[in-house]
Amino acid sequence: MNLVYSEDHRLLADSAREFLAARSPVSRQRALRDEGGVNGFDPQLWQDAVALGWSAIPFPENLGGLDFGCMGLGPIFESIGSNLSASPLLSSVVLSGSLLHLQGNAGQQDRWLSASISGERRLALALDEGSRHNPANVALQAVPNANGYSLSGNKYFVIDGVGADAYLVVAKGAGAGLSLFLVAADAPGLSVQALPLIDSRNHARLQLDQVQVGHDALLGEPGSAGPALEIALDRGRVCLAGEMLGMAEKLFAMTLDYLKTRVQFDVKIGSFQSLQHRSAELYVQIQLARSAVMAGLAALDDSRLSAAERQRFASLAKWKAGQMALNVANEAVQMHGGIGVTDELDVGLFLKRIRVAQASLGDADYHCERYADLMPAHA
Amino acid sequence: MNAIDQFREQTRSWLEANCPPSQRKAIPEGELVWGANEVEFPDADARLWFERMRDKGWFCPDWPQAYGGAGLSEEYNAVLESELRRLKCRPPQINLGIWMLGPVLLEFGTEEQKKNLLTPMTRGEVRWCQGFSEPNAGSDLASLKTSARDAGDHFVVDGSKIWTSYGDKSDWMYALVRTDPAASKHTGISLIVLDMKSPGVSVAPIDLISGKSAFCQVFFDSVKVPKSQLIGPLHGGWNLAKRLLQHERKAMSKFGEFSLPTHFHLLPLVNEYLPEPSGQGELALAARAVACAMNEQSYNLTVQRMGQEARAGQDVSGLMSIMKLVHTEQERDKFEVLLDVMGYHALGWDKGAFSPQEQAITRGWLNSFALTISGGASEIQLNVIAKRVLGLPDVK
Repeated sequence: MNLVYSEDHRLLADSAREFLAARSPVSRQRALRDEGGVNGFDPQLWQDAVALGWSAIPFPENLGGLDFGCMGLGPIFESIGSNLSASPLLSSVVLSGSLLHLQGNAGQQDRWLSASISGERRLALALDEGSRHNPANVALQAVPNANGYSLSGNKYFVIDGVGADAYLVVAKGAGAGLSLFLVAADAPGLSVQALPLIDSRNHARLQLDQVQVGHDALLGEPGSAGPALEIALDRGRVCLAGEMLGMAEKLFAMTLDYLKTRVQFDVKIGSFQSLQHRSAELYVQIQLARSAVMAGLAALDDSRLSAAERQRFASLAKWKAGQMALNVANEAVQMHGGIGVTDELDVGLFLKRIRVAQASLGDADYHCERYADLMPAHA
Repeated sequence: MNAIDQFREQTRSWLEANCPPSQRKAIPEGELVWGANEVEFPDADARLWFERMRDKGWFCPDWPQAYGGAGLSEEYNAVLESELRRLKCRPPQINLGIWMLGPVLLEFGTEEQKKNLLTPMTRGEVRWCQGFSEPNAGSDLASLKTSARDAGDHFVVDGSKIWTSYGDKSDWMYALVRTDPAASKHTGISLIVLDMKSPGVSVAPIDLISGKSAFCQVFFDSVKVPKSQLIGPLHGGWNLAKRLLQHERKAMSKFGEFSLPTHFHLLPLVNEYLPEPSGQGELALAARAVACAMNEQSYNLTVQRMGQEARAGQDVSGLMSIMKLVHTEQERDKFEVLLDVMGYHALGWDKGAFSPQEQAITRGWLNSFALTISGGASEIQLNVIAKRVLGLPDVK
């Protein structure tokens, strides 16, 4: 398994870093928050990122993609993390785009996947309903009728849900398993409310009250969306793990700088052994997490792995990165002392985003349990 | 065919003809062959393999022929090593002298020392032990006090060394001793070699909390050591010691490559001893075990990543510095979880009442404490990471 970025990946990383540092540094994210817009991201930045090819990375060329593999998303999400940049890359491309690619028919792909890659339209995945991520807890009902299906239920924590052009709604009731429906934002019976979270990004609550959709709104066969959903979610999970790794490395660098400059008791506080050891422990955790993230990225593209093996690597990446990033963020606040709890310092912005990213698509506890459940019975 | 390919072909056919099939499997701990004055062989095949490799000069393939090596260049030696690995050949012998002291002697020894000390090493005739740590010089090795007083044509050595692996079975020792008590800590130290049969040397094995061990304490009572046995410059031993410890890492990795792993897979054991966790306590314990296994996989991936990064020409010194710490700390955590998972089954001491696996886990747990202390305690590793990798300032 290849655990290092290739030369092409490194070039992509350099260009992503330059682009985001110039166009979307942390100060820009702070300004977006203070402006209080509904998107949570800068639409022009997104168009420019699309022009750089980011939205085409994981898709085959015949569908308008670059066929660069999911590994190529790694350097981008790391940069997104270190600059704290908001964009609909995860929601519209990695999650929704993958679902259209894996589960959609030619007509649906033609209409929606192309538009998602070109940045003309934005899609959002409406999955979770409870207080934590769990695809097994979907209750939203799809009732078959003469014209298609009638959808009723609530969705929570829909990433970039405000202002999306359409939603991929996960539902039960059509067939034995989960089904995916494309629901346009203006469908009668659908209401969308902003769900402002601590990270000041775009999250929404959806209410569906007998939303009527046609047969052509269904992706794939009724009840067959489960496997594609897991693949798309795993891509999203590993991308979030990459984003958390990027955030943690940036926070750690900021904290080290502070330890090397802040003077108390007439010495640099970084000379205190208690802080040195805690810093060294964080370095260790970051390195372990980087290995898990690289393995997660590689697994997404590795067709030799079984579905269970690939899923375990994704869970390992999300678990390790999430656990590590929380630890780094908490320590970063503490080691900065008083200024660490002020809004003026960027540390708090990272802390908040890490908390949301860690809960998104499954927290550490969820992925620990999933990893164990995916173990072969007599390993 | 060019010369190197020819060498590869010759080596391969020689190994296939000369390495007995029984010597092409991982070695159980008890069957390691140690080069020594009187070598103990577990069986005739092991002796045959030892003698054939010795006569080929392949105990020390890259040492000069003048001292009993085979004089292979780095490139040819790499071919030999890869062919040995390909056939899964056991090391014909284990010898600290070759892996640790030898390279330092080649670099710093006098011509006479090279002739007298290296040649027997290449024939597997001397078992060497290391005398570095002392009862009052552990993590702070440079504070060592064993003295070597100048007495004309020889030194008189007094003091004690501790944690000397196989001190009771070794023929010779290389040791750090204080030759200038007035000088500062690092500058008054010299490296000497001495015959363990010298009058005044006594050895006492050390029992550990895990039971019998290879560790010994060695005592020196007015031991005469000829000055010809000083290695490198007088009072210049500290730099040589640092050099030696660099070779230690390489030696340990070779050691690990060939011996059977005394390794327990956590999750299958959890399935065995906690097949259906019930209640909050057992469920929490099972979750702890899974987290432990996930951390272990993250470490294994990190080992893999370090190898790949090194091959890609990247700087892996930072990663290298975390390996010992992570591995030994994770092993300890794992044993702690295992003890909780196995309950009374992991608390047995007398043989018979508990399975060999249970016994091994109990001893493994007790032994895991030694591993986070020896070879640079975890706290020392953290110091090294903080200062050398993260660049955090020294006090004052």
